[in-house]
Amino acid sequence: MTTTTKAVGAPLARIEGPEKVSGRARYAAEYPVDGVAHGWIVPSPVPRGRLTAVVADPTGDTMAVLWHGNAPSLAAVDDPELAVLQSDRISYRGQPIALVVADTLEAARRAAQVLHLEIEAEEHETVLRADHPGVYEPETVNPGYPAATVHGDVETALATADVTVDVTYSTPALHNNPMEPHATIARWDGDDLTLYDSNQHPSGVAATVGEIFGVDRVHVITEHVGGGFGSKGTARPNAVLAALAARVTGRPVKVVLPRQAMFSMVGHRTPTLQRVRLAAGRDGTLSGIDHQAYSQTSRLYEFAEQTAVVTRHMYAAPHRRTGHHLLRLDMPTPRWMRAPGEAPGMLALECAIDELAEKLGMDPIELRIRNEPSAEPESGVAFTSRHYVECLRRGAERFGWSGRDPRPARRREGDWWIGTGVAGATYPTMAQPSTARVRALPDGTFEVAIGATDLGTGARTILVQIAADALDVAPERVRIRIGDSTLPRASVAGGSSGSASWGWAVTGACRSLRDTGRDEVTFDSTELVQRQETEGRHAYGAHFAEVRVDAVTGEVRVSRLFGMYAAGRILNARTARGQFLGGMIMGMGMALHEEGVLDPAMGEWVNHDLAGYHVPVHADVESIEAAWLDETDDRINPMGSKGIGEIGIVGSPAAIVNAVWHATGIRIRDLPVRLDKILDGLPAS
Amino acid sequence: MRLTVNGTEHVLDLDPRTTLLDALREHLGLTGAKKGCDHGQCGACTVLLDGRRVNSCLLLAIAHQDSHVTTIEGLDGHPVQRGFLEHDGFQCGYCTPGQICSAVGMLDEVDRGWPSAAADDDPLSDAEIRERMSGNLCRCGAYPHMVPAIRQAAGR
Ligand code: FES
Ligand code: FES
Repeated sequence: MTTTTKAVGAPLARIEGPEKVSGRARYAAEYPVDGVAHGWIVPSPVPRGRLTAVVADPTGDTMAVLWHGNAPSLAAVDDPELAVLQSDRISYRGQPIALVVADTLEAARRAAQVLHLEIEAEEHETVLRADHPGVYEPETVNPGYPAATVHGDVETALATADVTVDVTYSTPALHNNPMEPHATIARWDGDDLTLYDSNQHPSGVAATVGEIFGVDRVHVITEHVGGGFGSKGTARPNAVLAALAARVTGRPVKVVLPRQAMFSMVGHRTPTLQRVRLAAGRDGTLSGIDHQAYSQTSRLYEFAEQTAVVTRHMYAAPHRRTGHHLLRLDMPTPRWMRAPGEAPGMLALECAIDELAEKLGMDPIELRIRNEPSAEPESGVAFTSRHYVECLRRGAERFGWSGRDPRPARRREGDWWIGTGVAGATYPTMAQPSTARVRALPDGTFEVAIGATDLGTGARTILVQIAADALDVAPERVRIRIGDSTLPRASVAGGSSGSASWGWAVTGACRSLRDTGRDEVTFDSTELVQRQETEGRHAYGAHFAEVRVDAVTGEVRVSRLFGMYAAGRILNARTARGQFLGGMIMGMGMALHEEGVLDPAMGEWVNHDLAGYHVPVHADVESIEAAWLDETDDRINPMGSKGIGEIGIVGSPAAIVNAVWHATGIRIRDLPVRLDKILDGLPAS
Repeated sequence: MRLTVNGTEHVLDLDPRTTLLDALREHLGLTGAKKGCDHGQCGACTVLLDGRRVNSCLLLAIAHQDSHVTTIEGLDGHPVQRGFLEHDGFQCGYCTPGQICSAVGMLDEVDRGWPSAAADDDPLSDAEIRERMSGNLCRCGAYPHMVPAIRQAAGR
C-alpha cells in the first residue's frame, strides 16, 4: 500500500458539513418516532422544602402527571440528581418535581403551568461567602486531587519578600448554554430501551440509564449534538424522565428542556472566591505562592471544583500552598463547564501575576519567563513537553507587544482608552480507555466504529484522518461510525480528551489490521492508557488582548484577541482553529458578559434566559486569531496530540481583564467587567 | 389550516397555540429550523416568511396561512450555504440553519437599502455583517468563520 501525503494535520473539511448546512443533520429531539408523546418538566418553585401533593386540573387533556407520589421507583446511582421523582425533598429551585405527559407539546406545557403543587417551603441559603461557618475542606477535588497542598513555608516567604501581592478575585456562576438544549426521546420495546439523547457520552449514558431501570439493553443514539461544553457529560434528568414516562404511558416520550431549565438542572460553573498571595524578590523571582479557592456545591452532591490545582504546576517557587473550600447551599449542583478549575483558577492567578508585574515595574511576560519551572514544582515530575515560554515570546512578536508602555491609562484614541494585556494558558493532557473496531470492506474501504460523539469539535473528521494514516490509505477510503452506544465503548467527549482517547483506540485497531492483514480488528486501549508513566502532561498557550474602553460610558470592546498555543500535534488545522477561537470567545464572555445573577430571596438566577444571560454575539468579536507552534511530543499518545477544546478559555479572560487595567488603571477583581464597575474610576481625560 | 412551506401547501389540523416553529418541527418533519430558546432570543429558529427573516418561535402558525415560508430545507445549495462549508462557518451546527436563513434575509435587506446600527459607508463591511447578524447566537463561537462565508456569498 502506498500513500503519499499524511491525512493528520491537513485542514480536512468536516465530513458532516453538508448535512449541517442543509438542515438534514438530526439532533436528539428531531427523530421521527411514531406515536411520540410530549413530556413537560415542572420545576420546583422553591429552593428548599417538601413536595406534599400534586393536583392536576381534571379537565386537562394529559396522559400522565408523574411525581414522587406515583412514579415507579428507580435504582439509585452515583448521581442523586438522576433519582428524579423519587422523594418529597426539594433541594434547589428548578429541580424537576413533576412531569406532565400529553399528546401535544401545547397541551403538556399548559397542563404543567396550571398544575397545583402543595409545597412546604423551608428556610434556605443560597449565597457563597468565604466566612460562612458552614465552609469546609473537601477530602479531594475533581477528579481526585488532594484538596490542599503545602510545600515549604509560604507565610515566612510572604513576610520576608521584597514585594508581595495579596488579592481576592471573584467569578460568578456561569452557565454552559449549548445552543441545543438537552433533549431525549425514549421508546421501550419490551425491556429494550432506545434513547435518542443529546449527550457527550453515549456509552456512559446507556450504562447509567440501564442501571437506573435495571435493564441491560439500552441503545443510545447521539448522531449530532448541538454543543455541550461539559453540561452533557453524563446522563441528565431529561433522559431518565423520558424513559420513566415512556414506561408508564406505554408511548414513546420526548422531553426537551426549555432554555430556562438549562440554568439549573444540567449544571453550571460554580461561583468562586479566590485569594491569591504572591511573594517575590526585586528581580521578579517568586519565593512564595498561595492560592485558596472557595466554591459551592449543592445539598444533593459534593462537586468540588479543582480551581487552585493549576497553581500547583504553573510557576516555580520554593514555598507554596493551595487549598479548596466548599460550602453546601440550597442551589443547583455545579458541574463541569469548559475548563472546570483551570478557567476560573487561571483568571485569579494570571491577574495576580499582572498585579505583581505592576508592583515590580516589570514586563508581565518577562516576569512569567523568570519563574518558568524545569519540572512540575510540587510533584517534581518532568514535563513531557512544555513550550510556555515560546508561546509567550512568539505570541508577543505576532501580537506586537514590544515597545508597550507598561504604565496604565496612557493611550487615548478619540473617545477610547486603549490597553493591552497578556495571560498564560494551560490545560492537562488526558486520555481514557476506549475501544475501536475497524473492518476492511469488499469495496476497498474501511469502516471504523467507535461509540464517540462529535459535539462540533470535528471529532468525526479527525478520527477519519487518524485512521487513514494508521491504515496507510487516503481518508476517502475510510468510513466512520460514531454516536451510538452499540458501537465499541468509548470514553466521554470531555476534558479535551476525546481525540486522544478515541484516536489511541482507532490507531491501535487500524495498525493491527494493516499489520496482520485481517478483515476485522477490535482494539481496546485500556492497558496502554493505564501503563502511562507519571509525567507532567499539559498543553500551554499565551493569550494577548487589546481592548478599548469608552472614556465616557465605560463600555469595553475587545479590539484584538490572539492566542498562541503549544498543544502537541494539531490533527486538523481547520477544526482546531474553530476550537481555539471558540474557547477564546467564551473566555471573552467570561471576562465581559456572562453572569448568573442570583436573587437570594428566591434562590434563583433571575436572568435565566438568553436575553438576560449575555453570551458573546457576532458584534462582540472583532479581530481574533489563533496560531500554534509545531510541538512534537511522543510521550503522550500515538498521535502526539494534546487536547485543544478547553485551553482557549483558560487565560483569555485574564488577558482581557489585564488589558482593561492597562487601558484605564482600574483593576476589576470581580467578574464580569461591567461598565458600572468601571465608570467611577475612569481616568479624567 | 393551511401552511405553505418551501413551495408546497400543507393542510394541517393543529392546536391553535402551535407556533410556526413547532408546526415545522413537530408536524411537518422539517427539523432544520432549530429551537434554542423558544422566546425569540437566539435566532436558531430563523426562517424566511415571504422572504423576510423571522424568529419562527414567536409566530403562531395559524396567523400565517397566507404566507410563504422558506426554511433551510428550501435553500438548495444557496451561496450562503456554500460559503459556510468553505469557511467552516459552524461547529456543532445547531445554530447553523438559523444563521444561514438569517444571512439570506440580511443580504436581501442590504439590497433594499435597509440601514443597520453599524452605520458604515459599506453596508457589507465586516462590522456591518457582524451587526446585522447579531440576533443569531452561536455558543460554539464560530462567528469569525461565518463573516467571511457571508461576505463571499455576497460576492465580496
Ligand atoms: S428558538 Fe426562536 S429565537 Fe430562539
Ligand atoms: S455552531 Fe454550535 S452554536 Fe453555532
